[in-house]
Amino acid sequence: MFENSINPLIIFFASILTSNMILSNFLGMCSYISISSEYKTASGLGKSVTLVMLVTTLINYAVYHAVIVPFGLEYLQYIVFIMIIAASVQIIEMAMDRFLPDLHVKLGIFLPLITVNCAILGTTLFMVIRDYNLLQSAFFGLGSGLGWWLAISMLAAIREQMAKTKLPKGLAGPGIAFIITGIMALAFIGFSGIFNIQ
Amino acid sequence: MAENVRSVIARNTWKENQVLRQILGICSALAVTNLMTNSLVMGLGLMFVTALSSLTISLLRNYTPYRIRMIVMTLIIASYVILVDIFLKANLPEISKALGPYVGLIITNCIIMGRAEAFAQKNPPLLSLLDGFFAGVGYTVVLLIISFFREFLGFGTLFGYEISFVSFEPWTIMVMPPAAFFIIGVLIWISSNLFAPKGKKKP
Repeated sequence: MFENSINPLIIFFASILTSNMILSNFLGMCSYISISSEYKTASGLGKSVTLVMLVTTLINYAVYHAVIVPFGLEYLQYIVFIMIIAASVQIIEMAMDRFLPDLHVKLGIFLPLITVNCAILGTTLFMVIRDYNLLQSAFFGLGSGLGWWLAISMLAAIREQMAKTKLPKGLAGPGIAFIITGIMALAFIGFSGIFNIQ
Repeated sequence: MAENVRSVIARNTWKENQVLRQILGICSALAVTNLMTNSLVMGLGLMFVTALSSLTISLLRNYTPYRIRMIVMTLIIASYVILVDIFLKANLPEISKALGPYVGLIITNCIIMGRAEAFAQKNPPLLSLLDGFFAGVGYTVVLLIISFFREFLGFGTLFGYEISFVSFEPWTIMVMPPAAFFIIGVLIWISSNLFAPKGKKKP
C-alpha cells in the first residue's frame, strides 16, 4: 500500500472524523464501555490516551524503521511493539510524577490501564500497514487520540443523562451504551466523503 | 475453587459468555464480523491463543513472581499471536489481509488476559486449557451470530455463498460500523435477560 502522498493534515482530520478509532475501527472498546459512566473520568482517560498514543506512535515508528526493518525482524514486531508500549507508559507515568505532579494526580490512575488498550497498539499497527512517514505518523497518532477522546467524552456525557432515565429490563449499562455508540457512528458516517484515507 | 469440567464448559460458552456478559474482547468482535469467514478464522485464532496461553501460564504459575506476572503473560500471549499471524500469512493470505491489524490485536484482547488473571493463575494446567478453549468457543459463537446477521442482510451471502432462494435489496448499513454496534447492543440485552442472576435488581 503506497499512500505516502497523503497530506498529514488530511490524515489528522480523517483520523478524528471519518476513521475514528472507536466509531469506525472499533478499537479500545473495553475501556470505552467500562469507563464511560462519568464525564470527568472519561475525559481524563481520553487525555491520557491521546498523550500515550502520540508518544508511542512516534517511538514505535522510530524503532520500526531503525531496528525492525534493517534487521529483518518483522515477525517479532508484535512483541516489540507491546513491550515498547508497556515501557513507555511506565516512563510517562514516572516523568509525569516528577515534572507535572498536578497532571499526574488527575491522569495517573488511568495510565496503567492504557497498556492494554487496543487502540494504542492498533494505531501503531495501522501506521505500519499503511506505511506512513514520520510526519504522517505523528499526525495520525495525535488525531486518533483526539478522536478517541471525542468519542468517549460524547458517550460519557450522554450516559450521564441516561442514568436518570428508565430503561427496559436488562438494557441498562453496556447494552444501551452500544446502541448509543451505534447512533453516534451513524452520525459520523455523515463525515465520510470529506476525506478518505482507507 | 472447585470447578469440574462441565461447569467450566457451561460457564464459558453461555452463562458468563466473555463477550456478552463480561463485555470483553469487543474490539475484534465487532471489527471482523462483516463476513462469516473472517469471523470464523478470527474465532479459531483466538481459541488457539487463549487455550495455549492459559495452559502455558498455568504451567508457569508457580514460577512466575507475582509482581511481573503481567509482563510475563503479555509475552506468552504475544508469542502465540505471532504463530497465528505467520500461519495465516502463509496459508490464508487473503483472509490475513482482510483481518489486517486485528490479528495482532489479539494480544490486547481482554478475554485472554482476563482468563489468565482470573483462572489460569490459580488452576491446574489441563483445566486452564479447557477454560481458555471454551472461552474462545463462546467468543466464536457470538462472532458467528453477529456476522450471520451482518453478512446475510448486508451482502445476501453466507460464508461467501450466494443465498439464491431469497432476494432483497442488501442493507448497506449492515456492512458499516453502526450496525455492529446495534446488533451487539441487542444481543447483550437479550443475554442479560436470559442469564442475569435471578432476584438481583439492577441499580
